[in-house]
Amino acid sequence: MRKLLLSALLAGLIARTAQAADLGLNIEIPRLDVAEYHRPYVAIWLENADQSVAADLAVWYDVAKKNNEGAEWLKDMRQWWRRSGRNQQFPVDGVSGATRPAGKHELAFAGGAKPLADLKPGRYAVVVEAAREVGGRELVRVPFDWPPSKAEHLSARGEHELGAIAVTLKP
Amino acid sequence: MKNAVRFAAALALSLPAAVHAHDVWLVPSSTVLSGAGNWITVDAAVGNDKFYFNHAPLRLDNLAIQAPDGQPAQAENVNRGKLRSTFDLQLGETGTYRIAVVNDGVFARWKQDGQPKRYFGKAEGLAAAVPAQAQELEVSQSLGRVETFATAGKPSAVKPAGKGLELAPVTHPNDLYAGEAATFQMLLDGKPAAGLAMTIVPGGSRYRDKVGEIEVQTDKDGKFQVTWPQPGLYWVEARAEDDKTSVPQAAKRRLSYVATLEVLQP
Repeated sequence: MRKLLLSALLAGLIARTAQAADLGLNIEIPRLDVAEYHRPYVAIWLENADQSVAADLAVWYDVAKKNNEGAEWLKDMRQWWRRSGRNQQFPVDGVSGATRPAGKHELAFAGGAKPLADLKPGRYAVVVEAAREVGGRELVRVPFDWPPSKAEHLSARGEHELGAIAVTLKP
Repeated sequence: MKNAVRFAAALALSLPAAVHAHDVWLVPSSTVLSGAGNWITVDAAVGNDKFYFNHAPLRLDNLAIQAPDGQPAQAENVNRGKLRSTFDLQLGETGTYRIAVVNDGVFARWKQDGQPKRYFGKAEGLAAAVPAQAQELEVSQSLGRVETFATAGKPSAVKPAGKGLELAPVTHPNDLYAGEAATFQMLLDGKPAAGLAMTIVPGGSRYRDKVGEIEVQTDKDGKFQVTWPQPGLYWVEARAEDDKTSVPQAAKRRLSYVATLEVLQP
């Protein structure tokens, strides 16, 4: 939480200079009581109203496997693969990252920096898609307006592969 | 037995609906892949129940795989079982692989001393197979394409072969999703095939009561549209007949096309 405050504060500073808003995310990977657990692959992106991808925010997968073998299952995040993943070479700088354990994960994006700096005013959604080996797949969408006119806290919840998804907007 | 299977496949590939024999198809293990250099395995069979192996294997003599760059790709571990043929294919390049069995041959039947005789094979073998005293000789050319598509990474353009009946993507064949409409164009020798009857059959018939065919006709531009009712494999078929033979003895040319398409859950 402190980290979020700090990043929000920092982001706020940047925002003031760049005259842009900030976006914070809190993504929960649920703790699952299963015999064989693998951390899920997770893709997080900004979606345009027509479901095309405005920007990838993060892709968590087995980045450290030799010969980039972890990329073999990127297609299991099938919506993201269709909309964005298949058009790219992996790993992608600033987007690719290692898989995360169960728990809450915070991400902060400053309005003055890419990709938010390029975002035209309009209706978007934060989309989070998770796919787990020997497990299921789930996609959660949180729509929002950009830029925000006031501070907003939006949330949604997954049912099996994702927990609470929170989106914090600061003008 | 070998001949019977061959004949069944030949019939399936060559004869129009009136003498409808068994259908043919390919079943790819995956159609949408990520990562580099992954393998798929493909089953090929002859039978009525789409994607269930319960009749005969499809011959792979005329297997023709086109890599994304247009060059031929080589299948490995080609095997013929009792009920299906199989082969493996490595998707070494990014893009779309067109995996096809293209049969171009002649079908002849005649009577010799009152006995019915037949020949199915390459046109070059016709003269040697048919005796001079053959009676009631009927020869037709048959040109059939049975295919499927698999894509590693970003889908790439599928270039028409320009020969026989074939499907040309408007919607990419590896970009199909349940509930969405897809458009394709049917070509005959590279030109739009208007008014062609398309039969589309979803897989999984064992677990439902109805076959569930979707019947559509191509429009004046040879195009047709289908909205996929559910995810899964679909068998897409068309047949035609004309007199544009390239074999002098043949009066008719019979054309057939079959594609196996995978529709994903959005």
